[in-house]
Amino acid sequence: MTETLVLAIYVIILAIFVGYEVISRVPSILHTPLMSATNAIHGIVLLGAMIVLGSADTHLLHVLGFIGVVLGAANVFGGFVVTDRMLEMFRKHPTVKKP
Amino acid sequence: MLDTRASIIAFTYIVASVLLILGLRRLSSPATARSGNMLAGIGVFMALAVTLLDRHIVSYWEIAVGIVIGGAIGIVSARRVQMTAMPQMVGLLNGLGGGTAALVSVSEYLRLSQSAHVGAGEGASVVLGTTIGAVSFMGSVVAFAKLQELMSGKPFQFPLQRVVNALLLLAIIVLGLMVVAGPGTSSTVWIIFAIALVLGTLLVLPIGGGDMPVVISTLNALTGCAAAFTGLVLHNQMLVVAGILVGASGSLLTILMGRAMNRSLGNVMFGAFGAGDAAAVVTAGGIPKTVRQTTAEDTAIALAYARKVIIVPGYGLAVAEGQHAVRELAQELERRGVDVKFAIHPVAGRMPGHMNVLLAEANIPYDQLVEMEQVNGDFDSTDVALVVGANDVVNPAAREDPASPIYGMPILDVDKARNVVVLKRSMGHGFAGIDNALFYRDRTRMLFGDAKKSLSALAEALKSV
Repeated sequence: MTETLVLAIYVIILAIFVGYEVISRVPSILHTPLMSATNAIHGIVLLGAMIVLGSADTHLLHVLGFIGVVLGAANVFGGFVVTDRMLEMFRKHPTVKKP
Repeated sequence: MLDTRASIIAFTYIVASVLLILGLRRLSSPATARSGNMLAGIGVFMALAVTLLDRHIVSYWEIAVGIVIGGAIGIVSARRVQMTAMPQMVGLLNGLGGGTAALVSVSEYLRLSQSAHVGAGEGASVVLGTTIGAVSFMGSVVAFAKLQELMSGKPFQFPLQRVVNALLLLAIIVLGLMVVAGPGTSSTVWIIFAIALVLGTLLVLPIGGGDMPVVISTLNALTGCAAAFTGLVLHNQMLVVAGILVGASGSLLTILMGRAMNRSLGNVMFGAFGAGDAAAVVTAGGIPKTVRQTTAEDTAIALAYARKVIIVPGYGLAVAEGQHAVRELAQELERRGVDVKFAIHPVAGRMPGHMNVLLAEANIPYDQLVEMEQVNGDFDSTDVALVVGANDVVNPAAREDPASPIYGMPILDVDKARNVVVLKRSMGHGFAGIDNALFYRDRTRMLFGDAKKSLSALAEALKSV
């Protein structure tokens, strides 16, 4: 058991509680946008692909890293844009006037 | 001690993590949701930008080219996609993230094993990241194909399905232990990757289209976990935090959705909704049942003289893109002093909230949208319930017929309204693939046709009443 591992477990457990608590009061009308937003957030895995590609020293690693960066970038950019398009519609509208 | 670069990176990661958490919190309320998405976006992009300082990164131009290509694909398709196709778009994007996580895991193993023996902790993270990422990738691709109707949305089953899945999982576990304990090589990791791709496909194939929201949400949470495992391999705290945040909130979201459909996750993943039992229900009746058809003109009259109308939108409305037509109809009714409400079932459409997004696009104020729990008591006093392209979520069999595969699922009690008019393309089945008892009730009238055309015809007819 290394110190890094202990720290990692710490971080993981705390993050689980935060992730759970922070959205536990979400109304159901926001479920789809929320799923879409978390989908965009895990696009952060692009960061890992960037490290792989930037440090690649074999042909294969270049190829794998490059595909990873392309897919990850599509996930993260597309994800935030899609979510924003959904949420754009949740502006407060004046109620339709009755006669 | 960290050097300056590493300190900047570490500090920025902390700020980014806080932004992600604040963003998620703001996403929990309609008024602040958009700014929440923005905050989370800023957090992610800060983290991505500062990662370029990482001293492992020596070449930049390839990264730039890759990001431009991937980013352009992502942004252009995200802008062009129709509101009705949002569910599969989210599914597809999620798959891409899963694929990235798997590729990063495999690559890290290749790199680590070049120079030294790979430790057990890293080995385990590689195996988990690869497996979960690849399962999520293929699972999402199949979910996308089903929702996009590139393949049948019906459950697809073959003999010994569960046995095959169990064997594949067992193979991954054995090979994974080899990687963790020592004798594994890079080809072992590649084989795990390949098996996981097959497993992802086989896991989602047998699931009916109606359960896809839960599937996509599950895969979304899984991709988060896969990202976290790549973070463990790369010793990158940012990836761990963001991945676990998504894993945890995604799991909660899955539970909430499952609860709305009264189905456990195990039931969804292994139940093959609408495959075996459902067929029995459809044919069991034996007696020919009749439906009563109506016309737009007759329905318009009923609506015009109603005091209270509840509109129940469903997937058919989304397919027909009838959201603007339904708003016009609602406005016309309100002008006449009719009390109009929209009843939103939590899983109407193909994703929770799908209907809200769609109706919001048509500028229908969200205080007119009423959730299932609040609206169900109102049907008794409703003159006309107008069901627009919804099916399974209004099927009284869920309340009354213990033999029905959807028995126990909370539904909108539309059948309690004085009159029910169902706008529907044909007598086809809903996504659960089962017959709907509501259509044969005495109070129910069917108005066949494309939802958008029928709604426009109703609004038109209403003007001349």
